[in-house]
Amino acid sequence: MLFQAEQLSVRFGGIRAVDDVSFGVEQGEVFALIGPNGAGKTTIFNMISRIYTPTSGRLIFDGKDFTTVPPHRVAALGIGRTFQNIALFSNATVLQNLLIGCHCHVRSSLLSQLAFLPSARRDEIAHREKAEEVIAFLGLERYRDSLIAGLPYGVRKVVELGRALCTEPKLLLLDEPSSGLNVEETEVMGFWIEDIKKDLGITVIMVEHDMKLVSQVSDRVMALNYGKLLALGTPHEVQTHPDVVRAYIGGEAAA
Amino acid sequence: MRHVFKTSYTQDLTIWRHRGDLFWYGLLVLILLLLPRLLGTFYIGELGAVFIFAIGGVGLMLLTGYTGLVNLGHAAFLGIGAYTNAILLTAGWPYIVTLPASGLLAAIAGVAIGIPTLRMSGLYLAIATLAFGQIVATVLEKWDAVTHGFDGFAVPTPTILGVEIQGATGVYYAALVVLIFVLWVSVNILRTPLGRAMVAIRDSEISAQSMGVNLKLYKTIAFAISAGITGLAGGLFAQYVNFLAPDSFDILLSIQFLTIVFVGGVGSLHGAIFGALFVRLLPQAIALVRDDLPGNLGHLPGLEPSLFGLFLVLCILFEPEGIYGRWIKIKLWFQTAPVRRRTGFRRQKSYARSERV
Repeated sequence: MLFQAEQLSVRFGGIRAVDDVSFGVEQGEVFALIGPNGAGKTTIFNMISRIYTPTSGRLIFDGKDFTTVPPHRVAALGIGRTFQNIALFSNATVLQNLLIGCHCHVRSSLLSQLAFLPSARRDEIAHREKAEEVIAFLGLERYRDSLIAGLPYGVRKVVELGRALCTEPKLLLLDEPSSGLNVEETEVMGFWIEDIKKDLGITVIMVEHDMKLVSQVSDRVMALNYGKLLALGTPHEVQTHPDVVRAYIGGEAAA
Repeated sequence: MRHVFKTSYTQDLTIWRHRGDLFWYGLLVLILLLLPRLLGTFYIGELGAVFIFAIGGVGLMLLTGYTGLVNLGHAAFLGIGAYTNAILLTAGWPYIVTLPASGLLAAIAGVAIGIPTLRMSGLYLAIATLAFGQIVATVLEKWDAVTHGFDGFAVPTPTILGVEIQGATGVYYAALVVLIFVLWVSVNILRTPLGRAMVAIRDSEISAQSMGVNLKLYKTIAFAISAGITGLAGGLFAQYVNFLAPDSFDILLSIQFLTIVFVGGVGSLHGAIFGALFVRLLPQAIALVRDDLPGNLGHLPGLEPSLFGLFLVLCILFEPEGIYGRWIKIKLWFQTAPVRRRTGFRRQKSYARSERV
């Protein structure tokens, strides 16, 4: 198991946003989280990237417990993420955004950066090589020096994916990779995710509403409702699971 | 329009984009070095003040323009630097030590204000820094034993390697050297992870954090560097005015610094220089035309502050990118001739986050 969540719970006041959820993600798989709005999917993401602290339960990555690691250390552990409503640095260029992705690999000291000593230069060149790799992988060459503010939504989505890849993650968290994309762009996003899995060998956990994309790319799916785990299994198993159908379409509780 | 064809990563890391830049900046420095031989003492003194304000402006630009943290108490750092320099010089320390010490002490003050305000932003941060500025101003007034309070503090003339740094020319050269040094450090900041972390904090704290940026650490560093640079300006300011009074480091001076940043152009080092030119030369320009203005207009009380306010409002309304943004557009207009299109010169309506306070 690359990643494990053990009996994860978080409460905001009286609301149990996530209630006793346990799951594990194998190295190299694409794991999808589905569920109606407010089911707690993004809350689980925010706990994994340590923006929220779980009320109880444990988070284990690569055999190490990281439940209490501060949020800015998560990237260095090897967990990268994207955001539901794109959180790029909009007054910077694509290249600069990707370079910030390399931030957790900075080795040069503050003083050598202030004076731009050779160690800072080496760092910069290494980061640019990494960023160029990602640019080539995602085909972002023509946007390299454009400001984010002037880019179409679909391209920004890909840039955000690229920024997460620049952290050189072992585990990638994608929060609704297809939201705001048209049918064609969603399909392309699906290909990127497959490439990330096959070519880069990165494990992916994603929150996604587009069931077509989920069935296309994911190996296993976990369905949530009201913070509770409903079903976990292959995309087909979960989609046909009676509790899941009831959560989406409604109906009588199981007798 | 000139396009640079990049064939190596080091090309991305040089300070100038191409040799033309190097030539023009070199020429500018050369002219500035020779200027005291051509101009009278008055103009050299004024240019020295422009340099000093440009240094402080660069300091605030790093904090407000790049990190997105508003500071309404920036004059306090200038005051701390000025008094440190004056007091240490009086105690007989050499200038090569007192000037960096002014920067260092101001940087420590920057950390002192940076840490308690880590979780603040926008209006709350503005109020906290305003309070900080008032506290420092009050301390400078009341701490008679050290600052001589309202009696003022005479600043001794320093020497470097036996040469006295005195008069307009002395301050001019000292400020020029420090300005070039500060600009070099700032360019280094902006081309390394430190500067990108600052921009990241400005544009989106939450994703900066997820990319591995330690928000507390980098905000504190931003405050320290900004204050340190302004402390250096303060040390030079002490030399420029020769006689320190505690009430010169008040909120009005802080607002002048903010004007430098906003009128010059948020988010560019050029902007800090343009802004300093504007803030220091506008009063001179008013003085020049004062007697020629119709009626009693030139002698209206409050003419200067209202003109400053007017320019600030016009700038925010019509050119949020400031004088530097306008300069870039003018340059583009000439470079793209004769194939220019109107779209490139449309009114800017997007605002950087730090402008939204």
